[in-house]
Amino acid sequence: MADSAVKPIIELKNVNKIYGKDIVGLKDINLTINKGEFVVIVGLSGAGKSTLLRSINRLIDISAGDILIAGESITKAKGKELRMLRRNIGMIFQSFNLVKRSSVLRNVLTGRVAYYPTWKSTLNLFTKEDKQRAYDALQQVDLADKVYSRADELSGGQQQRVAIARVLTQNPDIILADEPTASLDPQTSRRVMQDLKMLNEKHGMTVIINLHSVQLAKEFGKRVIGVRAGEIIYDGKMSETPESTFNQIYSGGEKDE
Amino acid sequence: MNSTDPEKLMTLPKKKFKFWNLIWVIIFIGGLFISTGVTKTSLGAFFSNFGQFADIFLQMLHPNWAYLGAVIPLLLETIKMAVLGTVIGSVLAFIYALLIARNIVKNKTVTGILRVIMNIIRTIPDLLLGAIFVAIVGIGPVAGILALAICTFGIVVKLFYEAIETIDPGPIEALTAVGANKLQIIVFAVLPQVITYFISYCLYAFEINVRASTVLGYIGAGGIGLYLQQTLQVFDYAKTGTIIIVIILVVVLIDYISSKSREALMN
Repeated sequence: MADSAVKPIIELKNVNKIYGKDIVGLKDINLTINKGEFVVIVGLSGAGKSTLLRSINRLIDISAGDILIAGESITKAKGKELRMLRRNIGMIFQSFNLVKRSSVLRNVLTGRVAYYPTWKSTLNLFTKEDKQRAYDALQQVDLADKVYSRADELSGGQQQRVAIARVLTQNPDIILADEPTASLDPQTSRRVMQDLKMLNEKHGMTVIINLHSVQLAKEFGKRVIGVRAGEIIYDGKMSETPESTFNQIYSGGEKDE
Repeated sequence: MNSTDPEKLMTLPKKKFKFWNLIWVIIFIGGLFISTGVTKTSLGAFFSNFGQFADIFLQMLHPNWAYLGAVIPLLLETIKMAVLGTVIGSVLAFIYALLIARNIVKNKTVTGILRVIMNIIRTIPDLLLGAIFVAIVGIGPVAGILALAICTFGIVVKLFYEAIETIDPGPIEALTAVGANKLQIIVFAVLPQVITYFISYCLYAFEINVRASTVLGYIGAGGIGLYLQQTLQVFDYAKTGTIIIVIILVVVLIDYISSKSREALMN
């Protein structure tokens, strides 16, 4: 369903993931995501959304198949090569994953770490430009006044926005968001989703979000991918997706949500 | 323990449990008697010689303050030994703990082997270490420092790697996703979460070292223990008393400062 003049940025080819001996995580996934897309992946808890997302930046190793990031295989990448690919993929987590004892600024700066040699980053020798970049990012998520606060002094919604500022500072082409709103209240969730939309529209980043809230998915998603039992059972434009499809995606699981 | 009449299903397993408790108590008490027999422990000897103890104690209560001039330099040496031993041991423990924490080094063979080595080192008592180092580097504070360093290592490494293993894995994941390398992950995701624990453990080890270093001199490993031994040998209890009082003062003071700083660190 590629629009004209867009290049695929993520390609999954016959991807399989098996946990342990026989627990299927992903089953024969073929998926192409183009540059600049805003994709929501919906499905029940345990359907494989998280596995799918985490296999893209190889936080999870897949069992078979290949994943290409801008034409380069991340499955086969090693060491520095892998780190360079990851540098170009930002990630937002359900539990924010900030270093709670560090300052907001330092947390945001960690987005730049992979641009530095080890010794320089270890000694905290971030350039002025990067510190400014981090501060600008915080301004964009309206947290400029918290720059020197400790991360654990912030509310959940604010912490997630710090994580978004971290991704903004990292300046990747791709953003993976794994249930970014699951631990937030509805209002804060909307704010976080708007920030992610901003990353997509203003900065042209390709955004892929796991959601189990159908409402948020409908409100923000442009392309929907439905996952059930490790398989993609639906892939289409949000505007053309009928209600029955969601029922289908969310049915058949014993674990309800 | 049970209420009087309702002999319900719940009481049945409890009864068996109690029965075994009784057996263990009997074994324990029996063991106690057997071991007093084997080791020829005699409480009577303690009480019949109590007068002697009182005599020594009285002499110690009249300390020889003129001796203080001789004691102070050695006391300072003792503290210096403790400081150096703590620093050296902690630095080694810091690096080693990172290598045996399973959330950092994923290879179980590596961590397993390194842990066995750690456990062997931890079993050696400080006085034995002191004696070994006296044999290796000769009499003097260097032997004491090395012994204390290894003791510190044993204490800090275990506490610290356990602290590392209990950290929130989220930041590690985040840093991995950002493309950071192992060292960067340690510096940005791990250390901020554990560094206060590490400092606290070092202070704790220091408290122990101050106490341990006072006796190390006994075996020639430097410090105030040397005078302790000399004065005891010639029954000069007034001098021994001086040393003991000074040691108690210093240990209490250092313990107090150290535990206060640890409290401050932890919040």
